Amino acid sequence: MENILAGLEMLARWDVFAALLVGSIGGVIIGAIPGVGPAVAIAIMLPATFGLEPMVGLTMLLGIYGSSMYGGAIPAVLINTPGTAVNALTSYDGYPMTENGEAHRAVSLAYSASFWGGIFGIGCLILLSPVLAIVAPMFGSREIFLAALLGIILVVLAHRGQIMAAGMLGMFGIFLQTIGLDAVTYTQRYTFDQTFLSSGVNLIVVVLGLFAISQAFFLLTAPDSSPDAKPVSGKLGAGFKELLKHKRVATVASAFGVVLGMIPGTGEFTAQFMSYTYAQKTSKDPDSFGKGSPEGLIASEAANNAVPAAAMIPLLALGIPGEALTAMMLSVFYVHNVIPGPQLFQNNIDLVYGLYFALIALNVIVLVFLLFSTNLLTKIIRIPTRFLGVMILMLSFVGVYSLRNSLTDVIISAVFGVLGLMLKRLNLPIVPIILGMVLGGIMETKLRSALPRLNSPFDMIDRPISFIIFVLILLVIGLHIRTLVKEFKAHQPDEDHDLHDTQSR
Amino acid sequence: MTKTKTLKSLFKRYRRPGDIVFAWFCFLISVFLLSQIADQTAYKNGAKLFAQPRFWPAVSLSLMTAFAGFHLLGSALSERIEGRWREVLLWASSLEYAGWFMAYAFVVPYTGYLLTTIVFAVGLAFRVGYRSAQMLLAAGGSALFTVLLFKTLLKVNLPTGLMYERLPEGLRSIMLTYF
Repeated sequence: MENILAGLEMLARWDVFAALLVGSIGGVIIGAIPGVGPAVAIAIMLPATFGLEPMVGLTMLLGIYGSSMYGGAIPAVLINTPGTAVNALTSYDGYPMTENGEAHRAVSLAYSASFWGGIFGIGCLILLSPVLAIVAPMFGSREIFLAALLGIILVVLAHRGQIMAAGMLGMFGIFLQTIGLDAVTYTQRYTFDQTFLSSGVNLIVVVLGLFAISQAFFLLTAPDSSPDAKPVSGKLGAGFKELLKHKRVATVASAFGVVLGMIPGTGEFTAQFMSYTYAQKTSKDPDSFGKGSPEGLIASEAANNAVPAAAMIPLLALGIPGEALTAMMLSVFYVHNVIPGPQLFQNNIDLVYGLYFALIALNVIVLVFLLFSTNLLTKIIRIPTRFLGVMILMLSFVGVYSLRNSLTDVIISAVFGVLGLMLKRLNLPIVPIILGMVLGGIMETKLRSALPRLNSPFDMIDRPISFIIFVLILLVIGLHIRTLVKEFKAHQPDEDHDLHDTQSR
Repeated sequence: MTKTKTLKSLFKRYRRPGDIVFAWFCFLISVFLLSQIADQTAYKNGAKLFAQPRFWPAVSLSLMTAFAGFHLLGSALSERIEGRWREVLLWASSLEYAGWFMAYAFVVPYTGYLLTTIVFAVGLAFRVGYRSAQMLLAAGGSALFTVLLFKTLLKVNLPTGLMYERLPEGLRSIMLTYF
């Protein structure tokens, strides 16, 4: 109880609340603009938050992370273009509703389902906290090493159809984090006698290059366009009444979001897809899916909004990020000397509760903001894409240069910007590089610290949790091979689509 | 039925023009980096294999080369997609914007954040095709807002301009502190 009060007290500070307000509203606006997305915004804002207090910086970024998907639903519903990549399925039923003259109903349903999913996710996070506080300390070096290894394997295998590319990029990420002076043996690794490489390749510089600068290049090299979203009329609060008729779909979809949000490499896409499939299979009117079904819209939005809170579980409890946005959040923790992992629940439990309350507050702030400002956002959506490119490049400078005032960082980030553009144009994933860097660093450190206690490789799995994770690794690989064999035998014809738009991944 | 079908289709990614060029590029880079392993990493006598400074670069680069090889094989055996070199030219065209970005970063410590940002935003907006006064003003206004937000208000660590040193005393200190 004392810790809960301390967490509430943290949120009651004016600077923390202001940061949450700015982050939440900023996140909705950013999410509503197709072509920007939370990854770009968080990458740019990361260095700017380093000067702020931990709770202030974290709540601002958390605000952007948790609220962007609310905003992303607006263009998905109104102009058939998802604001963030994870709103892709929202457009399947949202846009047909708009075409049928039910835009206000679709937007309203999207908001209420998002709110339901968001609050459900936080509820699970809070309920799981006591369990996490007990389980997390059981994770020693070898367990965290194996969990990070499982994370890398899942991230690679999640990119079906492009596993070789994802594997290659994941390994590139692991390699990147090895560059520089090895902190234990004090030997140079892949520095090619260049002094600027001795301190290694900075994660934030890579993140800014791959997410923000590449997106600017992507927009600047593509033809200019200006989406046209029509204003929405009608009561936006009406969606809540309709949502209550579909409580079951909303709750199951949110549960999918929570479970899959906790697993690295899967997240919003899989949760959204599985809940959509569930909603369709259990619906009384399955044929209406894809033609304006409220259940489809609810399933999609509730699932993707339950993910951010769930994704915080492995991050806070084990210090292992499951996707790019939580990987970025991890660097904010490190900068403020708050190390996520088993000790966090013992030493900084007030901060953990503070973050929970911040998540609840951001959902309320965003909902209230959206009920009054949806039509304003439809105007913001119309910003021409090349103009956005100019703005992103200008803001990226703040992110890169404020880090260390280094021109070398600017050059490195520009190089990664070009690489990111190539990946986006080729529809190849960016996330494996970032997770490779983060999880690779964790694996190297944890394996080294586990070594003195290991006499044989089997000692690695002689504890219950490490053994379970090891079995999971074998299971994941085994299931993947089984699926490949089944697909090969079935000779299923390929179908192309752009669902996996890499812009936000 | 809907556009969603099986779980398999969710995870599918498909080749785009230029895929084979990228595959070759990655493969050659991987092979080159792996070939440098003995020169660029050390081997400590007596240390365990997993604690060797060479261990993780060797593991990551070996697997990267293997994955890159299979990716290249997949691309080479797939049907050719039209527009390969057009796509490569588009990638190359982004180098111009990379140049804009680096030039901007290079000039800021001399001419100051405020002036350089406004010139950069308006100049780049003009370069990408905006000619109307409204759009150019919007670019300049956004640049000014960015400076006020990050440098003046949030006091983000950005350089001051050498040019400011030549300004009169009162104005000089204001420009150095806030712009």
